[in-house]
Amino acid sequence: MNYIDSSLKVVGTRPIRPDGVDKVTGRAVFAADTRASGMLWGKILRSPHAHANIVSIDTTKAAALKGVFAVVTGQDFPEIASEEAFVGEGPMNFRDLSLNCMARTKVLYEGHALAAVAASTQEIADQALALIDVTYEVLPHVIDVEDAMAPGAPVLHADMFTSGVTPKPETASNIAKVVTFKKGDIDAGFAEAEVIVEGSYTTQPVHQAYIEPHACLATYSPDGQVQIHSSSQGHFMIRAYVAKLLGMSISNIRVNPAEIGGGFGGKTLVYLEPVAVTLSKKSGRSVKMQMTREDVFRASGPTSGAAMTVKIGAKKDGTIVAAQQVLKFQAGAFAGSPIGPGCMCGFAMYDLPNVDVVGYDVVSNRPKVAAYRAPGAPITSFAVESLMDELAIKLGIDALTLREKNAAKNGTKTHYGPVHQNIGFTAVLDAVKSHPHWKSPLKEGHGRGLATGFWFNIGGESSAQVHVNEDGTVTAATGSPDIGGSRASIGMMVAEVLGVPATTVRTIVADTASIGFTFLTGGSRVTFATGMAATQAAEKVVEDLKRRAAQTWDIPVDAVEWKDGAAYPAGSNAGAFEPLDLAALALKAGRTGGPILAEVSINAQGAGPGFGAHICDVSVDKETGHVKIERYTAIQDVGKAIHPSYVEGQIQGGAAQGIGWALSEEYIYNAKGLMENAGFLDYRVPVASDMPMIEAVLVEVPNPRHPFGARGVGEVPIVPPMAAIANAIRSATGLRMPDLPMSPPKVRAALDAAG
Amino acid sequence: MAKTYVSATINGESAEFLCETQQTLLDVLRDVIGLTGSKEGCGSGDCGACSVIVDDRLVCSCLMLGVEAEGKSITTIEGIANGDTLHPIQQKFLEYAALQCGFCTPGLIVATKALLDENPNPTETEARYWLAGNLCRCTGYDKVIRAVMDVAADMRGEKVA
Repeated sequence: MNYIDSSLKVVGTRPIRPDGVDKVTGRAVFAADTRASGMLWGKILRSPHAHANIVSIDTTKAAALKGVFAVVTGQDFPEIASEEAFVGEGPMNFRDLSLNCMARTKVLYEGHALAAVAASTQEIADQALALIDVTYEVLPHVIDVEDAMAPGAPVLHADMFTSGVTPKPETASNIAKVVTFKKGDIDAGFAEAEVIVEGSYTTQPVHQAYIEPHACLATYSPDGQVQIHSSSQGHFMIRAYVAKLLGMSISNIRVNPAEIGGGFGGKTLVYLEPVAVTLSKKSGRSVKMQMTREDVFRASGPTSGAAMTVKIGAKKDGTIVAAQQVLKFQAGAFAGSPIGPGCMCGFAMYDLPNVDVVGYDVVSNRPKVAAYRAPGAPITSFAVESLMDELAIKLGIDALTLREKNAAKNGTKTHYGPVHQNIGFTAVLDAVKSHPHWKSPLKEGHGRGLATGFWFNIGGESSAQVHVNEDGTVTAATGSPDIGGSRASIGMMVAEVLGVPATTVRTIVADTASIGFTFLTGGSRVTFATGMAATQAAEKVVEDLKRRAAQTWDIPVDAVEWKDGAAYPAGSNAGAFEPLDLAALALKAGRTGGPILAEVSINAQGAGPGFGAHICDVSVDKETGHVKIERYTAIQDVGKAIHPSYVEGQIQGGAAQGIGWALSEEYIYNAKGLMENAGFLDYRVPVASDMPMIEAVLVEVPNPRHPFGARGVGEVPIVPPMAAIANAIRSATGLRMPDLPMSPPKVRAALDAAG
Repeated sequence: MAKTYVSATINGESAEFLCETQQTLLDVLRDVIGLTGSKEGCGSGDCGACSVIVDDRLVCSCLMLGVEAEGKSITTIEGIANGDTLHPIQQKFLEYAALQCGFCTPGLIVATKALLDENPNPTETEARYWLAGNLCRCTGYDKVIRAVMDVAADMRGEKVA
C-alpha cells in the first residue's frame, strides 16, 4: 500500500525515540559495556613501521607470563583465497580483510596488527605485548597517492597488476584498478565550448571519528558455537566475515548487536572480532577487546585522500557542453577506495552531453580505507563544485543560476548509465532561491558560497517482524543496527499502519539468530528498506486482525474495516458490533488462530536518490587565517521525513563533519611514514564552539517507491560542505583554496602569497 | 602490587573499593564498581565522554586516578536522574532529539549539569565554549545547544515562547 497522499497521524510527528531514556541515563549497553564470566582482555601488537617484512615473531616470553592465556599470530589464522566480498559497504576482498586483521609475512602500515594476546587483566596484556620479540626488515614506504603511482615507487603487493587497462600490465604496481566513464564525445564538446575552466584539487584522508572506539566480546565454546557482542553497522556482516575469515559455518555464529556509538561507514568491516574469537578458542575463555583512540586512528579506516583535476567547457550563456575529471584515490594498504562512486557522483547533479571521467584506485602505506558517509562523493564534489564556482565567476553568472541552467531533471541520462527518475534537485534549487539566507545581503567582510551534492541511496535485503503482544501493545523487531534514530522511524511507520500512537510500538534490533538476514546499516538504506519491510509486516498484521474480527463476528473479511487501531464492521454490518481494538483482539488470539505476528523479508528496490544544496557564509581572519562559519543553511530533498527531528539531525551532523573535513581534519605523517596526530587533541574534529547553528531545510519530493515516500537522508549532507566553504572563502578573499583542509596555516599562506 | 582502599561518595551513596594505583577513576567506575554509563572515547581527556562531577567540579574521569577519589563526592550520569524521574536536562535532550548514537550523551548531560550549577543563565557562546570539551560526531551540536539553552531557561523558571 502507498500512504503518500494519505492523511498521516504518526509519520511526520516528533515523538520521543524508544531507546531515548536508556541513552540519557547511561543504561544503554554499548559493546565495551558487556562482560562475561571468566572474561579475559585481548590486546593487539601493532606494527611500529610503515612498511616491513616480518622476519620472525617470538612469542615464548609473552606466553610464559603469568596471567596470559593465549597468544596468536598470523599462523593461527587460515589462509584465505582472494575473493570479492559483497558483505560490507563498498568493494572488499576476503583475503585482504584477513590480512588486514592479522598480518602474515608483511606489515603494510603503522598500526597493522601482527600478534595478539589474551590475559586476565589489561595491564598483564600490555606487559605480554611488550614481551613479544619481532624482527622486522624495514622496507621503503610511500604515503601520498601520486608518489605511490610514480614509476619506481615501493610496491606494496607483488601480485597487484592494474585491472581495467588493456593489455594487462606485466609489472606489479600500486594502482589496483582504473575505471572510466564516458558519455558523448568529449573532444567535440570542448571544441564547441566558448569558455573553459580547469583546476587541480587535493583532499586529505579524514576519519569517521565516531566517539565509540571499536569493541567486542567473543566466546568460543568447545562445541564450536560462537557468541559475539559487538559494535558494528551490521551484525549479519560481522557473522559473515567471521565465518569466512575463520572457516566456520554461519549457523555456529550468533552475533548480538550492541548499541553502536557512531559508525558513519567506518563500522562496515571487521578488525577485532576474528581475533577475539581466535583468542577465545585458544584460551577457552571469553575475550573482550577494545581499541584505544590511537588504535582507531592508526589502524581503522579513514576515507580516501585524493588528487584530482577537473576541466569544464561551457557556452557563454552557461550551458555546459563538456566535463572531464581525473581522480586518484588513496585506498590505504589494500585495494578498495570508493573510486567508483567518486567517478559517478561529481557530475551526477548536472545534465551534461559530453563527459569523460577516469579514476585510479591506489594503495599506499596507510590504514585501509573504510566507507565514510557517501563514500567518494564529498571528495569528487569538492573538486567539481569548486570549479563550477570558478565557471560562474568567469561567465559572470550567479552561482545558483549556473546550476539551475544545467541541473539534472527527471529523464536526464547520467554519464554512468542510469536515467534520473523522481528526483528533487530542481525543488532543492528552488528552495535555495527562496530561502532568506540566499536572499539576505552579505555582511561586511563576509563571503558566501553555494555547493550542491548527490548520493544514490540504496535499498537491499531487510527483515522485519511485527508482534502484537498479549495486551495489545506492539513489538517491532528488525535486523538493522540503529545508528541515528531508525528504531524511532521504523516504529512510527508500524504505528501509522496499525493506527496506534507511536508509544504503543517498541522497536528493537534483533540478533542474527532471531530475525531474517538483513544487510548492514549503510547507504542510507534503513528507513527506506527496513522501513518498507516493517510497513509490509504491519500491513500483514492488520489483514490478520481483520480476519480475526470477521471470525469473531461471523461476517466476511471484506466487511471489516481497520481504522484508528481497531476493527469496525463496515458496509451493511456497520454499527452491528462494537469495534475490536488491538487489546481486545489480542485477548482473543488463542481462539482466533494463536499468536499475532508477521515477518516480512524483502530485497527493497527503488531507493530514490538524494540531492542537497548548502549555503555558507564565512569570515576570514586575515591575521591568523582562521575561517569562521558565520551562517550555514543545508537544504535537502528527503522524500518524506518520517521523524523530522532525526532527519534534521542527520543533515546537521553531516554538515558538521563536512565542516571538519573542510577546515581542520587531516592525517599528518612524518618522514618515516608514521602518523603524528593520532588523537583528538591533534586530529581536530569540530567542537561546539567552532559551530554555528545549522539550519536544516527539508524539501519533500516523495519517492514513489517507498510506502511513505521516504528517501535516504544520512549521506547527502556531507557532500556539499567542503566546496560551499571553499566558495565562501573565495567570495570573502578572492582566493581559491584547492587543497583541503583549509586550515589557518594554509589560508594564511595563501593570503600572504596574494599580498 | 597491593591495591589501595578508597572510600568515596558516588551518586550520594557511600562507596568503598580497592583499586590499583595506576587505575583511572573511569576504569574504577566501569570495571570495579560496574557503572558503565561513563564512556571511554579517547582516554586522554579530549572527548569528554567520561565526564563526571567531583566535588562540584567537572572532570574527565579518564584523567583522574581512582585513588584520588578518596573522600570525594562523585556524580556520574547514573546519578543525574532522581530515581525514576528524569532530570530536566535529560528530558530536554529527549524532546529536542539532541542525541543520535547516544555515546557522548552521558558526558554531555553531566557537563551541562555542571554548567548550569555554575552558571544558570549562560549565553549561547558560553554554553558552546563550556561544552567544547565534549565531542559529539553525530549532531553537529545544533540540537544539543538548543536543548541546553531551553532547559536553562526552564530551570530559571522562565517560560520560553
